[in-house]
Amino acid sequence: MDPKISVHITGTGRAVPDRILTNQDLEKMVDTTDEWITTRSGIKRRHIIGPGQSNSDFVAQACRNALAMAQVDAADVDFLLVGTITGDLIFPSTACLVQEKIGARNAAAWDLSAACSGWLYGVKTATALLKTGMGKRALVVGSEMLSTITDWTDRSTCVLFGDGSGATLLEAREDSPGGVLATYARTDGGLAELLHIPKGGSRYPVTPEVLAERSNKVQMKGNEVFKHAVRNMESAAREVLAQAGLGTGDVTLLIPHQANIRIIKAIASRLEIEMDRVYVNLQEYGNTSAASIPIALDEARRAGRVREGDRVLMAAFGGGLTWGAALVQF
Amino acid sequence: MASIEERVHQIIEKELGVNPEQITPEASFIEDLGADSLDTVELVMAFEEEFGMEISDEDAEKLTTVQGVVDYLKANAE
Repeated sequence: MDPKISVHITGTGRAVPDRILTNQDLEKMVDTTDEWITTRSGIKRRHIIGPGQSNSDFVAQACRNALAMAQVDAADVDFLLVGTITGDLIFPSTACLVQEKIGARNAAAWDLSAACSGWLYGVKTATALLKTGMGKRALVVGSEMLSTITDWTDRSTCVLFGDGSGATLLEAREDSPGGVLATYARTDGGLAELLHIPKGGSRYPVTPEVLAERSNKVQMKGNEVFKHAVRNMESAAREVLAQAGLGTGDVTLLIPHQANIRIIKAIASRLEIEMDRVYVNLQEYGNTSAASIPIALDEARRAGRVREGDRVLMAAFGGGLTWGAALVQF
Repeated sequence: MASIEERVHQIIEKELGVNPEQITPEASFIEDLGADSLDTVELVMAFEEEFGMEISDEDAEKLTTVQGVVDYLKANAE
């Protein structure tokens, strides 16, 4: 690690499908109500991929938007990391398909599987790579087409998820203050079954039985996940603040994973961060897994809510279990 | 040290934003105190943190009234 090198988020971009699914639409599909969904989750709409579209299309557009903001050519990108569990194909990785689509011909590209924490894990990985001096620029993406792995007959989960892509460009700089101040990532594989897709992988390949019982779709123990999400995102946030020697009062904006407004409010309350310093957009997108934080960060930057010198605290949590946080000064 | 009853009542008051007189022994969190399913999860988290213990999801599902929680904690909390 070269202590002179700091890593900065110089570009952000997002791309989401145009097709919208509202709570009223869901009322016609499963036994639920707009009121129930709104009070339990805060979600009103979600964007859903359409026929002929693919995850890599949205990733490519989000990357182009991030590169344009930073005025960087795709050929100058050294690493392309895509956090996703809903890639276009089993292989090659979605990152490979995106590398071709955007012309990042000098980049090493790979996917990173950490469910909803995928982008955060990517930021940690890319920051470490760039600090070694092995490259100057990394595109770090979180992108998910969760609608393709949602059980649309399960009213407890299908109302929660949406599709979208968020991209960030990380650049190494010398003798430049700020940037990624601290990152933290943790895993608890012992709790894998709280949030998972039980079958359809190499252990239990897809069979007619698997399709009939829909065990190739997301299953979640909501109450347990809620508890771990609140506690782990709070502890991860405190960890990165401690690493940086800062307190919650030094945070301009908290961007938590956008899974559920009740989780977000519980974390903000525990961290004693007022809700006007918390970015919330899940009413529009639902839970887009790895994409939720980079989509929110891009919205916040383009809306002028993140300015030069601002410190943004981001916390992620997802299946694995995986969780983590990053503290970034812009 | 406050009694288990007092600590439970304080947590319910804070978490559900209800008045102390509403917290009768037989009061049900959902039927009488206006809690929804996620409020009850947050309540259980608060009990776990106050009493330094873990309450399994299976046990938590049975904790529907104020007295039920007090009895459970008397039997299970150190």
